[in-house]
Amino acid sequence: MLSSLATSIAIVYSTSDVLPFQEMSSIMLEALQSPAQTTYWLISGRVLFLVINLLGLACFSYIVTKRLTPLVRGEHDFRFDRPWIRLERLLQFWLGQWKHPRYRTAGIIHILIFSGFILLATRAFSLLILGISENFALPDSASGIGLAYQIVADYAATIVFICMVIAAVRRIVFKPARYEVPAQYGKGHKTDAIFLLALIAFLMFSESFFEATRVAMLAQQGHTEFLAAFSLSWVLKNALSSASLPALWNLHRGAYLLDVLTFYFLLCYRPFGIQFHVETSLFNVYFAKLDRGTVKPVRWGVSDEHLDQVKSFGVKKFEDFTWKHMLDFYSCADCGRCSDNCPANAAGRPLSPRFLTIKARDYSFQHYPMFGSPSNGTPLVGGIYSEDEIWSCTTCGACEEECPLMIEYIDKIVDLRRGLVDDGNVPKSIQKALKALESRGNPYGKMEKKKADWTRDKEFQATCDVKILNGDNAADTLYFVDSITSYDDRIQAIGRATARILDATGKNFGILGAAEKDSGHEVRRFGEEMLFMALRDHNVEAIKASGVQRIVTADPHAYNALKHDYKDVPPVEHISQVIAREVKSGNIKFNPVENADEVYAYHDPCYLGRHNQVYDDPRDVLDAIPGLKRVEMSRCRDRSFCCGGGGLMLFYEPKEEQRMGVKRVQMAAEAGANVIVTACPFCMVNMEDAIKVAGMEGKMTAIDLTELVDKQISRESAKTGRTEQFAESGKCLTV
Amino acid sequence: MEILVCVRRVPDTSENEIQLNSAGNDIERDDLVYSINEPDNYAVEEALQIAAKAGGNVTVVTVGGDDDEEVLRREMAMGANHGVLISDDAFKGSDGRGIATILKAFVQKSHFDLILTGIQAEDGGAQVGGMLAALLDYPFASLVNAITVLDGGKLKVSREIEGGNREMNEIDLPCVLSIQTGINEPRYVGMRGIRQVASVEIPTFGASDLGVDTGTVGQAGAKVKRMDYFVPALGKGAEILQGSQEQIIDKLIELMKAKGGLN
Repeated sequence: MLSSLATSIAIVYSTSDVLPFQEMSSIMLEALQSPAQTTYWLISGRVLFLVINLLGLACFSYIVTKRLTPLVRGEHDFRFDRPWIRLERLLQFWLGQWKHPRYRTAGIIHILIFSGFILLATRAFSLLILGISENFALPDSASGIGLAYQIVADYAATIVFICMVIAAVRRIVFKPARYEVPAQYGKGHKTDAIFLLALIAFLMFSESFFEATRVAMLAQQGHTEFLAAFSLSWVLKNALSSASLPALWNLHRGAYLLDVLTFYFLLCYRPFGIQFHVETSLFNVYFAKLDRGTVKPVRWGVSDEHLDQVKSFGVKKFEDFTWKHMLDFYSCADCGRCSDNCPANAAGRPLSPRFLTIKARDYSFQHYPMFGSPSNGTPLVGGIYSEDEIWSCTTCGACEEECPLMIEYIDKIVDLRRGLVDDGNVPKSIQKALKALESRGNPYGKMEKKKADWTRDKEFQATCDVKILNGDNAADTLYFVDSITSYDDRIQAIGRATARILDATGKNFGILGAAEKDSGHEVRRFGEEMLFMALRDHNVEAIKASGVQRIVTADPHAYNALKHDYKDVPPVEHISQVIAREVKSGNIKFNPVENADEVYAYHDPCYLGRHNQVYDDPRDVLDAIPGLKRVEMSRCRDRSFCCGGGGLMLFYEPKEEQRMGVKRVQMAAEAGANVIVTACPFCMVNMEDAIKVAGMEGKMTAIDLTELVDKQISRESAKTGRTEQFAESGKCLTV
Repeated sequence: MEILVCVRRVPDTSENEIQLNSAGNDIERDDLVYSINEPDNYAVEEALQIAAKAGGNVTVVTVGGDDDEEVLRREMAMGANHGVLISDDAFKGSDGRGIATILKAFVQKSHFDLILTGIQAEDGGAQVGGMLAALLDYPFASLVNAITVLDGGKLKVSREIEGGNREMNEIDLPCVLSIQTGINEPRYVGMRGIRQVASVEIPTFGASDLGVDTGTVGQAGAKVKRMDYFVPALGKGAEILQGSQEQIIDKLIELMKAKGGLN
């Protein structure tokens, strides 16, 4: 439209001699001028807009420079690798708005606004230049592209305008719960949100009004110019058709001035709140974390060997955050999707990822003011965060999965915990477990020599002999058992089921026994990096010494640790992947489910699902069992709801209104299920506890995928060559 | 304020399965893991908090062998300024009075305003604190669960008495206090902290350094001798209720009513 405006002005100029209005009044002459050529209160438009443009840009640059100050002081963060992958993700998640439709209404509104902004960027730029140079036009409207762009831009502005109205109505009338600000986090954000919506709506309106008055003026002079039908400009132009030329001219000039002023006001106001994401999102998505399931190093660029020289671990003050994590704070759009999905928040724990970000952003705004020097160095925990807040996170990743702007939370939580651990601020219950991990290699303080006791159950031993790979025995597959499965009376059953499955499929496998220490997965995620490293190094040595070629585990936490936290170990698989493959190849066949009343729901463990994207294998296995009725919970797959957390989280006594597990078993009941299938020993602990707490004993049971497979597997079909018949109890007999 | 905390390394009761050896005169010590005596850890934390407020240094001392250096380092990682190991073959087999005699010699070689011990060693008898105070002729307060530093070389200490009640005392410095667990929340000592003090020199003092008469300490000087360990025979009167959860609850209510616990 802009281009067409400039061109049409040029056309009017060039043809003005032949117009029937040769003796035009001065107003008429002015009507043909661009804002650059006109005068405002005796000031030349060109000068006025040059000043406004320069002032606006200077203000914006100053504000952005101030906002970048903490980023420069922040810790290093290595985000410049793999540019093609980053570009691809930029196209998918930023330009493609991939995550937005996860919330249908808000997502569609956002996609419309975003596309509108992208489409209108050229016009906005041209419009600003028009105040200085009447000859600037982009793209040239004489071309078909120019006309097409004009139509697209007119509709874009109209759609953005309508979206602003809808968004405001949602905020004021429908009030989606996730926008609410709980009392402990300060006053609501509604006023600010409405103000910003109004500013954008006004910008769309003034642009369209400028266009409408111009076309209306031309129309009165006998020039018909095309306006996209039913667009905002079209509506306004028709509404103004009877206005006098002088009035139109004044409205036209006024609209331009207000448009430019609103543009710069908005530009300079955005860095003070949630709208800053308009500028930062591009960078935030480009520099987003690429590797799922991993935890950032203590300090980027410092190797494990040199960690001893690092003076302070983790994040204690704001400047300990990396520049990217600070950029995250600026990029938050306050949409509330993270907290809406956060199980800790749902259970009433003192943690809301949204406010983890908002509080840090406000801290940054306060301590890095626009005028005056920064004040910094105050501790974050005890200041804006509470210790309970930081320990409440189960690192389930629901918030990160949901965030359309790819804001990271787990790494920040881990960094804040590293800071707490470094200062000795660790809840007593977790201290005990960490101490036991240090001296015994497991959080329960159980003796190492009892690590393989679960294999010595008489009934089990008679059917399945588990080798201990201590030098005398060799195998190609290592079953990494981990602490809970080795020592917990109930969970040992998962270990035995896993061993029987491996045995039934003819795997030559063994365990490390006393040489296996805790994988350290939660040790790392609870911020005790050095202890994690000691456990990891010990296990890596033991695994290498065992000479195995592959690792299998039934514990998604161990799986994630071995896969992402350990280096130089053989490839690792979760047992569900192994079973799925064996089912596919026909090596495993199942007996039909006996009880027809059973309805199964699969609960995705966070570290198998979200963190490692294993969603289908366990479901494929379940669906291969004849007669098994399976339903999905409304929160499944990448929206799975954490059961309460694993590893050291079992030792933490959170402040909460309700257990996450209770919520989860209720979700299963709502889905019509009476059996919850999990594929994680910690899920099992939490689910079984939750069933009791919720008073659902007899109505709901929990079973591990391995236990179910072990129960249903048809031993006759298993191509082991050495296992044949099995007893009624469902246990294999090795012959 | 110069504070001395007397600590001890003991088998960790939460991480060991304590069993008697076949001779019955000691516990089975293979596969044991040791750690700082837990009440001593509270004493060190309290000392660190007092020093943080009132200034001064915290020294941790233990009477033992080379293995016991581990707990000194852990407490130094916690924040103690100095660690001292008192070790001599002649000290082996000391009874409570022997340990107190050795510590007394060490205290007299140096200067401390306040001496803290844990309420008791997990493998001991809560003897040393009181005896050390008596040998030094210092005032003593046991079961201390709160300390406030007052002006004029005095402390206000709270002692836990029967029924969880508290008794407030004013005590003159220098003094010896035995610290009750729960007085504070001891800070966590991570692997990193321990590594950072791993190479700090820990001075070791023997009998001659301290001027201790070896005849009064060790096996030779011990007037209390351990004769036997035994696991008490299972007594009568305990009953384990059997049945389903509902049945157990019903039986329990019935029993409580019968015994007058419920009206």
